[in-house]
Amino acid sequence: MNDAYLDHASATPVKKEVLEAMLPYFSDQFANPSNIYDIGSEIKSVVDEQRAKVAELIGAKAEEIIFTSSGAEANNLAIKGVGFAHQKKGKHVIVSSIEHHSILNSARFLERMDFEATFLPVDEHGYVDPERLVKVIRPETILVSVMHANNEIGTVEPISELAAVCKEKGIIFHTDAVASAGNINVDVDELNVDLLSLSGASLGAPKGIGALYFRKNLRLMPLIHGGIQENGRRAGTENVPGIVGFGKAAELAKDKLSVKEPYVRKLRDQLIDGVLQQIEKVTFTGHPEKRLPGHASFCFEAIEGESLIFMLAQNGIYSNTGSACASKALKTSPVLGAIGIRADLAQGSTVFTINDNNTSEHIDYVLAKLPPIVARLRSISPIWGKKIPEGEEGVCT
Amino acid sequence: MKFVQEQGADEVLDLVCRMCPMHLLEPGDKLKCMQKGQVLEVLTDYDGALEDIPEWCKKCGHEFIGLEEDDEYYKFYIKKKK
Repeated sequence: MNDAYLDHASATPVKKEVLEAMLPYFSDQFANPSNIYDIGSEIKSVVDEQRAKVAELIGAKAEEIIFTSSGAEANNLAIKGVGFAHQKKGKHVIVSSIEHHSILNSARFLERMDFEATFLPVDEHGYVDPERLVKVIRPETILVSVMHANNEIGTVEPISELAAVCKEKGIIFHTDAVASAGNINVDVDELNVDLLSLSGASLGAPKGIGALYFRKNLRLMPLIHGGIQENGRRAGTENVPGIVGFGKAAELAKDKLSVKEPYVRKLRDQLIDGVLQQIEKVTFTGHPEKRLPGHASFCFEAIEGESLIFMLAQNGIYSNTGSACASKALKTSPVLGAIGIRADLAQGSTVFTINDNNTSEHIDYVLAKLPPIVARLRSISPIWGKKIPEGEEGVCT
Repeated sequence: MKFVQEQGADEVLDLVCRMCPMHLLEPGDKLKCMQKGQVLEVLTDYDGALEDIPEWCKKCGHEFIGLEEDDEYYKFYIKKKK
């Protein structure tokens, strides 16, 4: 058996077909798509074909797709681009408190530009209640952004309900679908959204390519000014190999979704059941039902998540603490704080994200290795078995 | 500069927030899909359009009908002539 790579929320392997599709565009097919001579216009046609494939994955039109360098750039373009383009209508934006940093920090950036931002609380499962959204909307609210699914706790949000609230009030609605696209059905009309972010790296395409869907005729202030690329909405010579990889990956993701979803769901349930049966003092995080099919997240009491990640990696098992940004800054995850997880318990956060290249043997292997590693780490933990005095538990922020 | 008021249009092209040369490229593409004699309304907040659009109409053989100013943007009216 090969290594059990269960960190697909961080990166997915580039599929063989995707790499093969990309290779000519690193060498023979090198022309600039903006060139007017034939070898340039041929590349422009290829870029537009990929735009149609990415659009098809989410039920959009090709002209509603802007290619970006990443999901983070797509999120920045959505929040700042709408904020700047519509500020005469109002300067208030609402984002959920469990958004990716590229949303949270874009909203904070707008605050520096004299906007106001509301960070909408979530319930203990990370679920955004539409009624709660109604209460924080103001006459000057121009944008609401709630992610389709959370990468740390797997919860899938009620996007169409939230978007309906906004539509009724003429407020623009954005969703970050980086964690959900390719894992569950994503359709911009069913979700009723005005903007939606995607990342190639989550779909089996290479890193360095993403896209923003924007509903036709929506005004958006570009963040990168320059040439005519992306119809003047995002300047810079196109990353043609990345775009070709993204198009191929989107095509494959759409074709395979109906088979992949039940397959990874079965593996996820095998993992969740095994962990909860074999290990005591574990908190399962995120929504029990409304969650991504390949997502299992836990907090192990009296354990440092990073120690657990390292020890699992020594055994060829790759997982994550949840938030790479928070982890590297030695901060506890704001997502876990937002769902009310105690600060000491949040330290033991571990996330497994399963894809269709994983097998039941991988899960059996994790279930064989994880319990003794948890037991070993707890045996050297200064807080294992000790009751934390009341009032000192804290909630991570 | 010719100013107009309440000028009707057959098609509207919203280029607000976009810059040079989109204020010339997009009307060119849009007019290709329109009938001779039809009027295109172009919305833009790009100041360079004040000089560019009338000049571009002359070069391309379309009629620049005039301009209307709004609080947020300009409305340019172009009649397709060929």
